[in-house]
Amino acid sequence: MTTTLPREAAPAPSPAAVRPRRRRRPAKTRVASALRVIAIIAVLLFFLVPFAWMVMASMKTSLEITDPSKLLNFTPTIDNFVRVFDQQNFLPYIFNSFWVGFASTALSILLGVPAAYVLARFSMKRSAGMVLVARIIPGVSLLVPWYYVFSNLGLVGSFTVLIISHMFVSLPLIVWIMMSFFEGLPLELEEAAEIDGLTPIGAFLRITLPLSTPGIATAGILAFIFSWNNFLFALTLASDQTRTLPLALFNFVGYAAIDWGGLMAASVVITIPVIVVALFTQKYIVSGLSAGATKG
Amino acid sequence: MTHTTPSVGQRLVGFANRHRALVLAGPAVAFIIAMVAFPLVYTLYLSMTDASGSVRADVNFNGFDNFAELLGDTDRFWPAVWRTVFFTGGAVIVELSLGMAIALLLRRSFRGERWVRVAVLLPLVATPVAVGMMWLLIFEPTIGAANELLRFLGIPPQGWISSRTQALPTLMFVDIWQWTPMVVIILLAGLTSLPEEPDEAARVDGASSLQRFWYVTLPLLAPTMVTAVLLRSIDALKTFDILYATKGKGGGSFHEAETLNVLAYSYSFDYNDYGLSSAVLVLFFLMIVGLCGLLIWTRRKRAL
Repeated sequence: MTTTLPREAAPAPSPAAVRPRRRRRPAKTRVASALRVIAIIAVLLFFLVPFAWMVMASMKTSLEITDPSKLLNFTPTIDNFVRVFDQQNFLPYIFNSFWVGFASTALSILLGVPAAYVLARFSMKRSAGMVLVARIIPGVSLLVPWYYVFSNLGLVGSFTVLIISHMFVSLPLIVWIMMSFFEGLPLELEEAAEIDGLTPIGAFLRITLPLSTPGIATAGILAFIFSWNNFLFALTLASDQTRTLPLALFNFVGYAAIDWGGLMAASVVITIPVIVVALFTQKYIVSGLSAGATKG
Repeated sequence: MTHTTPSVGQRLVGFANRHRALVLAGPAVAFIIAMVAFPLVYTLYLSMTDASGSVRADVNFNGFDNFAELLGDTDRFWPAVWRTVFFTGGAVIVELSLGMAIALLLRRSFRGERWVRVAVLLPLVATPVAVGMMWLLIFEPTIGAANELLRFLGIPPQGWISSRTQALPTLMFVDIWQWTPMVVIILLAGLTSLPEEPDEAARVDGASSLQRFWYVTLPLLAPTMVTAVLLRSIDALKTFDILYATKGKGGGSFHEAETLNVLAYSYSFDYNDYGLSSAVLVLFFLMIVGLCGLLIWTRRKRAL
């Protein structure tokens, strides 16, 4: 997977300030940096080996998966992936996940970005806190009332209900990320635009919004990933036709036995899109996830 | 401005500009209120009824019967409470310490830093249900890699997720694997935004690196740590997908991985006992609010 990624510029060299100290205490530092390298490799293995395991199992036959002597030496096969798309017909689930993720993210951006702007500019802490409440409440506690309302409206099983429920995850996320983004934008630009004759909303649309594209991209990527990964809402609100990918995984878990090869292949299929997105946008994801976390 | 009568469009633009807080924030706030406030009130109402069966069935008010039933239930409710506390507390403590260690490790730049950071990010973005399935295979008692590793080390095989006693700790491990990176990211962001002067001053005064960490970095980083703990506690309390994906309905045949979230889901959608389920959720919500209040209070106290 990593080989498909274009090689970017090498990381910046360590700050010059570190260098002289290193020269002064060579022996001690050498041991320390060796230990550091070992620790970093351990961290790397801890987070990557399970993925490697999943990928390897997805390319094994069920005999090879159950055979400990075939842990590493096996002949890779794509049979499991063929089964995922052929017998389990995964394509519609992929489409469902994409559609729900795309629609809920787009609508959340539409509602969330202007709201975040207002909350940031007028520092409306109380409304912002209310948005946070949406993040704190366990989804299960909303699911029962939603289920009551939506099934009485005859909406359970529709894309509408899935998109609305996923918006509930993405909207607070987008408001939160965009708030900290807008707080970092200088107010002077808008004031200058208003002096030049733009209305306040005109200044927002023509000046602030274009400047905040990176922030919107960050928030959008994260919102999409969270929607893609969401399991709880689709579990009760989806129908056979609108089922999303995380639910489709359970097609491989039977009452009697689990089709491990197929299950792992399906897991790989679900994971690949988010991993590819993460590889290309890691900086944005990091800034999105830590937005607001370091401020008082 | 002008003396001619403004058109409808101009009037709308004028209204939008005069009330821009309302126009810009209104839809989002209205959506969240509709999605949250009504369900919360409705849950409170349902928790005092015998709502069950179909969502269209008649509902009778029964006061605090559901709460009485739950508080007297040492079979499923109280064990679920303790499991929730154990799971959240254990996972968050390990995630904070491990996350701090990794953040300090990655703090200074090194060759290949970019790739290590990407690797640390991957568990965070991976779909929790797929992650659960992945670990289910690794921890499978007969064919899993975990027991293969133990055999290699000469340790007898364990039941891991399939075991009645080990399931919850094993699933805590999965949570730790997936969410420690979140703590790493938050703490790294905190570390890079710290002022350098206090550390420099301590270095000039001859403080060792351990002393500088303990007396300078740690106190400065405390607010960020509280944020990390707050965020992780809230999410760990709510953990559902990994538990449900690996253990199924009711947290396994002996409810060995049944936390409050899983219990509430089970009452609602396995037994269709919406009244009882709502009561679980009300109590659960009180727990969460209490925890948030506590953490915000400690943070304020530190800031003073």
